[in-house]
Amino acid sequence: MTKAIRSLGALGISLALTLPALAETAPTETPDIVIDGGAVTLPTFADAPAHLEGALGDKIYSGWVFRDAETRAMQEDDFANPSMAFVDQGIEAWNTVDGTEGKSCASCHNEIESMKGVRAVMPKVNAAGELWSMENYINDCRTNRMGAEAWKWSSQPMENMTLAISLQSRGMPVDVAIDGPAKPFWEKGKEIYYTRYGQLELSCANCHQQNYGQMIRADHLSQGQTNGFPVFRINGAGTVSLHERFSGCIRDTRAEPFEQGSQEFRDLELYVASRGNGLPVEGASVRH
Amino acid sequence: MNSRRRTMLVAGAAGIALAGLPLRVLAQAAAPAAQPEMTADQWVAEFAGGAEVTDGDGVTLTAPEIAENGNTVPISVDAPGATEILLVASGNPVPGVAKFTFGPLAGNQAVSTRVRLAKTQDVMAIAKFTDGKVVRAKSNVKVTIGGCGG
Amino acid sequence: MADNVKPRVRVPKTASKDEVITIKTLISHQMESGQRKDKDGKVIPRSIINRMTVEFNGQSVLDMTLEPAISTNPYVEFQAKVPESGEFKFTWYDDDGSVYEDVQKIEVA
Repeated sequence: MTKAIRSLGALGISLALTLPALAETAPTETPDIVIDGGAVTLPTFADAPAHLEGALGDKIYSGWVFRDAETRAMQEDDFANPSMAFVDQGIEAWNTVDGTEGKSCASCHNEIESMKGVRAVMPKVNAAGELWSMENYINDCRTNRMGAEAWKWSSQPMENMTLAISLQSRGMPVDVAIDGPAKPFWEKGKEIYYTRYGQLELSCANCHQQNYGQMIRADHLSQGQTNGFPVFRINGAGTVSLHERFSGCIRDTRAEPFEQGSQEFRDLELYVASRGNGLPVEGASVRH
Repeated sequence: MNSRRRTMLVAGAAGIALAGLPLRVLAQAAAPAAQPEMTADQWVAEFAGGAEVTDGDGVTLTAPEIAENGNTVPISVDAPGATEILLVASGNPVPGVAKFTFGPLAGNQAVSTRVRLAKTQDVMAIAKFTDGKVVRAKSNVKVTIGGCGG
Repeated sequence: MADNVKPRVRVPKTASKDEVITIKTLISHQMESGQRKDKDGKVIPRSIINRMTVEFNGQSVLDMTLEPAISTNPYVEFQAKVPESGEFKFTWYDDDGSVYEDVQKIEVA
């Protein structure tokens, strides 16, 4: 027993020691995501944004190319894509009156198609100078305009809505602002990205920059791009928000994660999104 | 302090391994069933209704060789002329997966669906034909355990 | 009735006589297997869609029995022959006694 404990401890240490070695492996093939026989075609790579200064090489890649054929295929058919059932529920909520003011989202914003472009620039600095994610904007509308209750950050109604809104920007390149008022948030997010957390002392970069393309046990590490969020994860057979995913990653380093919706996670959201500037919004993606 | 930390590491490692398992506690902690579940062979025998089950042509089972996650494994089966098809996952706590009965307006005798596989195992499709023949196809699916519970 | 159960069906709007068409169905449903335990170690009772039937103008296309091994949000793809204009009727049966239905019209030119 003692021996087993020691060897497991040693495994943790050796993992932490070996990860910093540069071992990223670029995908050997990068086919487009061809949805419904070509009704929508999404490229799966783009030129790496300049601010990365080569940290990910020349190209950035969608997490889709790191997945198996069966998982990929699920995203290539809008009917078979399990996310779409949740998109439907989001659109229904968009058109449903809620709260004391007798308004739905549609009362002010008309058809949900008016949200085209929104997902591509999230998170962004609002009029008051705060960095807001889409969830903040949605809850601001709900509480201040509709007189409805705020939704919990990663609740199903919230994820349905962020999914439905994201889908309106499908195919548009991610283009978050990182300069001007966004700069300090972006800098903080970058610091978090490169900070080692938890008993395993892992930073985001240890896995998703230095070792993308490698296997971590039976899992194929991606660059950790966020252009597909919120995603449908086969793992838990449900939708997953970006902050939920951050939380899971940090938990796996055996650290106490930041709160979903916290300033730290919104800063990190901005920084990670900026590493994917140029990749298309995938709207309702499928990962494993 | 030191030994406490090590204990936590072990517990943590077990947690990660569990989180990666499809259907989580499925293998270790099957419910104390009110009645014993039928085995895969019993499912097949009940379906065949006394007829001899042969392995052979006539049934095509399409399943991935390796499933990235056991929660959602795409399976297709095609058995031209069959009246009924039974899908069985021999390594699941409840081996029966689905039974398809084709009506007069079926366009063919082919279906695709998505299934849960608790572990690496043989998946079987057994088809019943109008002449009384019962034919079985098998396919081994390796279920991997992911690295990140997320 | 389980929460948020919603059937989705894709059937072509038109077909030629006796054409074989592809139908896809998905119903959002937890498909609780009866094998999982909650935080307190209690078994979460089984709650699944246990049967799906598809008929065209009253004649059977497919009758499917589902067990807990069918994934969350059951997805089924199959083909049907369309002899005339009419209606496909899809019915799902829940363990809790609920029945969900969807009807799709198709025109034979």
